Amino acid sequence: MTLNDLKLGSKGRIEKIKVDGKTRQRLIDMGLTEGVIVESALRSPSGDPIAYYIRGTLIAIRNEDSSKVICEAI
Amino acid sequence: MRKIVLIGNPNVGKSTVFNALTGMKQHTGNWTGKTVNSTVGEYQYNNYKYQIYDLPGTYSLIPTSFEEEVVRDFVYSGDYDVIVIVCDAVCLERNLNLVLQIKEVTDNLVVCVNLMDEAKKKKIIIDLDKLSKELNVRVVGTSARSKTGLGELKEVIEDIYNNKDSVDINKIDFSEDKVELNFMEAERISNKVITYEKKDYHYKDRVIDKILTSRLTGIPVMIILVLIIFWITIRGANYPSMLLFRLFEFLEGYLTMFFNYFNAPDWLYGVLVLGVYRVVTSVISVMLPPMAIFFPLFTLLEDVGYLPRIAFNLDRCFQRCKTCGKQALTMCMGFGCNAVAVVGSKIIDSPRERLIAIITNSFIPCNGKFPTIIALISIFFVGSGFGSLLMLTGIIIFSVLLTFLVSKLLSLTILKGTSSSFVLELPPYRKPQIIKVIIRSIFDRTLVVLGRALVIAAPAGLIIWLLSNIHLNNISLLTSFANFLDPAAKLIGLDGMILAAFILGFPANEIVIPIMIMGYIKMGSIGDFNSLLDLREILINNGWTWLTALCVMLFSLAHWPCSTTCLTIKKETQSIKWAVVSFLVPTITGITLCFLVNNIVQLLGLI
Repeated sequence: MTLNDLKLGSKGRIEKIKVDGKTRQRLIDMGLTEGVIVESALRSPSGDPIAYYIRGTLIAIRNEDSSKVICEAI
Repeated sequence: MRKIVLIGNPNVGKSTVFNALTGMKQHTGNWTGKTVNSTVGEYQYNNYKYQIYDLPGTYSLIPTSFEEEVVRDFVYSGDYDVIVIVCDAVCLERNLNLVLQIKEVTDNLVVCVNLMDEAKKKKIIIDLDKLSKELNVRVVGTSARSKTGLGELKEVIEDIYNNKDSVDINKIDFSEDKVELNFMEAERISNKVITYEKKDYHYKDRVIDKILTSRLTGIPVMIILVLIIFWITIRGANYPSMLLFRLFEFLEGYLTMFFNYFNAPDWLYGVLVLGVYRVVTSVISVMLPPMAIFFPLFTLLEDVGYLPRIAFNLDRCFQRCKTCGKQALTMCMGFGCNAVAVVGSKIIDSPRERLIAIITNSFIPCNGKFPTIIALISIFFVGSGFGSLLMLTGIIIFSVLLTFLVSKLLSLTILKGTSSSFVLELPPYRKPQIIKVIIRSIFDRTLVVLGRALVIAAPAGLIIWLLSNIHLNNISLLTSFANFLDPAAKLIGLDGMILAAFILGFPANEIVIPIMIMGYIKMGSIGDFNSLLDLREILINNGWTWLTALCVMLFSLAHWPCSTTCLTIKKETQSIKWAVVSFLVPTITGITLCFLVNNIVQLLGLI
């Protein structure tokens, strides 16, 4: 499944990041690396973007990008 | 002098550490040739002077934005003695990536784990000694807000300075794999040194976030908060504005006596007192109080951590316009002052999106436009009271929609492109530092803007006075100018005098109405109109209808940015071209809007 499909309030393990370019670098710098466990925490009023807890911080990511992050629900 | 550099992720209280170390001894500028803020300060410790640089917040030495590039270049330049890496105790793990990166570049560093008090509140225990051993660098815990741990930090900095060995800098080209390894190491270290005594330590934040960002309440709460700020600003500014007017009037009496005493010629008195002095003081009177109220309130929202939530709430709309959600923040700043918002647009990483934010910012009514809009609402539409608040809300929402529309059009035409990423950290809510907020917002924003406005208001006062006092064939230049503009102005629902006032009001939107009144009642200098009733009479006697009022409000929302904003745009974009575009886009939009509204209303026979 992809990160944006992760149910609100549930956790997942990141398997692959298929985003390219600067966004990829930014995501990785913010701690979204393969293997890390994240939690889908907050939905904006329109459902996009969604904010995730990544290594103790809350990070908002657009669905356009999070739909390119493969994860496994745990 | 010993040179210290502060570096760290955004939102870790780096500036608080900086302020606590330097006190008031600091100044803000730009990095040479770049429009990235640099703040430099000083402190003394054991009779040695330390110069301290506050670098922009950065996540990594692999730059993904212009600011991060500046940071990396500075770190690689080696032009410093000690690096202080400020970390957030609450999310130490993420911060450790930067620490591990910098550790490879230089040996002369100290890790400052800040916000220890926040961590303690959330029952997060950090073993600093163990952290120091694991990282093999010096570690100091601080709570910069309550000034705890700073003495130790200064001591360690001195110690590192005294024992610093080679100043070798390893300019490492960090790879993605390296960052992943760093995070694995960060995870390992965190597991060893951090204990969470409370599992869901984010609980409070989660509850607040649910209210502030949910589908049901997110947007309404946002609108209400913004309205409350406006209400406080407008209500609160009334009285001080009046006091300032009176004070300046009183001082004018003395100035007049002074001029009389020296038998100064009338024209000199006219130019300096009735022209320059009156315009300058009325700009101060109308501009200073609302800004001195709005900016602290705005900075308070910033300090608490609410602003990123606004960007989060509104990002979807900006995404549709192919721009960045952070534009929501510059939009909010625009309500205070467009020039400040233009400076603030630095937070938007992509140059294309930043330009769109800058160009469309003048659609957002600043403090200077509100009095005009509110006066017209209550005179021509719904009176004062709740109805006017509702209509004002409508106008604000309209200005936001206009921003979206024009942003989208720009994205499809001259600033073509797709939206870049939007990865935004939503920092934890924090108790604001009220006193600091007030001081910072007054000095950094209010006074800066006021200063810039005055530089232009003075010559404008001179021109306005000359125009209204030089007569050709018994008609003042101002009236001739208005007559000349009249046919064109009538097409867009205004009249010549209104358009002339908008043009002469280029230095500050606040003086548009006063100039208009001056022209209508053929006074030689601008003065204070006493009440809305007088204003109503003057306007109606000069042929105003509700349609005129509507067109004036529309034109007020959409016309050229004030001179301060234009200058700021030129400075920030370092391009005359974009300043001109920023001038033309809202002007053309306004003319089109007014033309359409005026003609449609008349065609439909609504008036």
